[in-house]
Amino acid sequence: MESFLADAREFVPILLQGVQLTILITLGSLVVSTALGLVWAMMRVSGIPLLSGAASLFINVIRGIPIIVQLFYIYFVLPDFGIALTAVQAGVLGLGLAYSAYQAENFRAAIEAIDKGQIEAAQTIGMGWGLTMRRVVLPQALTIALPPYGNVMIMMLKDSSQASTITVAELALQGKLIASATFKNTSVFTLVALMYLVLSLPLILIVRHLEKRAGRP
Amino acid sequence: MIELDGVRKHFGAVPVLKGITARVAKGEVVCVIGPSGSGKSTLLRCINGLESYDGGEIRVNGTRVDRTKREIRTVRTQVSMVFQRFNLFPHRTALENVIEGPVYVKGEPKADAAERGRALLARVGLAGREAARPAQLSGGQQQRVAIARALAMRPDAILFDEPTSALDPELVGEVLGVMRALAEEGMTMLVVTHEIGFAREVADRVLFLDHGVIVEEGPARAVLTDPGQARTRDFLRRVLHPL
Repeated sequence: MESFLADAREFVPILLQGVQLTILITLGSLVVSTALGLVWAMMRVSGIPLLSGAASLFINVIRGIPIIVQLFYIYFVLPDFGIALTAVQAGVLGLGLAYSAYQAENFRAAIEAIDKGQIEAAQTIGMGWGLTMRRVVLPQALTIALPPYGNVMIMMLKDSSQASTITVAELALQGKLIASATFKNTSVFTLVALMYLVLSLPLILIVRHLEKRAGRP
Repeated sequence: MIELDGVRKHFGAVPVLKGITARVAKGEVVCVIGPSGSGKSTLLRCINGLESYDGGEIRVNGTRVDRTKREIRTVRTQVSMVFQRFNLFPHRTALENVIEGPVYVKGEPKADAAERGRALLARVGLAGREAARPAQLSGGQQQRVAIARALAMRPDAILFDEPTSALDPELVGEVLGVMRALAEEGMTMLVVTHEIGFAREVADRVLFLDHGVIVEEGPARAVLTDPGQARTRDFLRRVLHPL
């Protein structure tokens, strides 16, 4: 235990640098996946076959390819086409794209959960598609989508470690580097696990709060 | 004000409206009665473009109703609709439901719309319930909010799609009372209903629809007390004396 505390004092500052990148990747890809997910979801429910078909195709392609392969593709293959991204940019884009598919399905389910009668009522007071979405559907869909959204946030936090495979020195990779240099596997990976847990806990509490709130009428 | 000429509509291969021709003049109250599945609701939904129709023509104030055109929004602000299941926006208060259209569709200043909205809620007997959410209101109250919401658009006519069918029997009266008051003030109304008593007392004319055709039409009192057609007679007997 004493040696663990000593190791902690030594390694935590280095690991915290990784934590910064972990948070950056998570927040960045959260923004990307939310924005893109909303776009795919809107295309899916637009009622325009070309748009909904394209979104559906994209979602299924993304869902069918492992995140790690998507990251490799963006980081190692895109440069061949003249698009060179930094590791962090590629990580944010890759995780954002990968998760946009799940976000889209979550948003779509929430939108489709809204009673069709309300949409008709909105139409009968002269609202067009955009206004109906903004004033009637989305405010309600948001409440429905929030609890699963929180779960996606937790999954994204943990999956940000996959960015280590394209050289982003986030928490998991920092841990691995320290461990292989010092052979203090137990101390290092325990610290890494604890740090992920500390980062997840607030999110878990937020999800629990949201689920309680969504349960209310 | 509302004109239908030979309106036809199919759901897949099933014809629901087989050439409906009818007129609703300004200030007139017309009730549409008929068995379920006769096409009454579909007819109403075609008039403000919630459904498309396959043949014939519907005109509102001279404008052809075509749900694929942008003008459909104008038609919808001229002809409001009240639904069987109220269809209020559950995340908004009674007052917000009422002023939603005036503020966000017509661009009225919020304060003016709110003042008018409060007056409309008072008119349907809901003064003091402005801040209530639909879930906190009874079915009858919700339907009256829905009527206030329709009125807030300053429509030329209101379509009622079985406005009391989803209500507990003891709540039907309060909604019919509001509708009667509207009729007396000269509102143009097209009402799909099973309330034969209301039709007899309030309507100017009655259309009896069966299997997508108008079987009989005429002055409300005449059609409902002494129908000319056997099908109308049969229907009225079943509605008025279900046992």
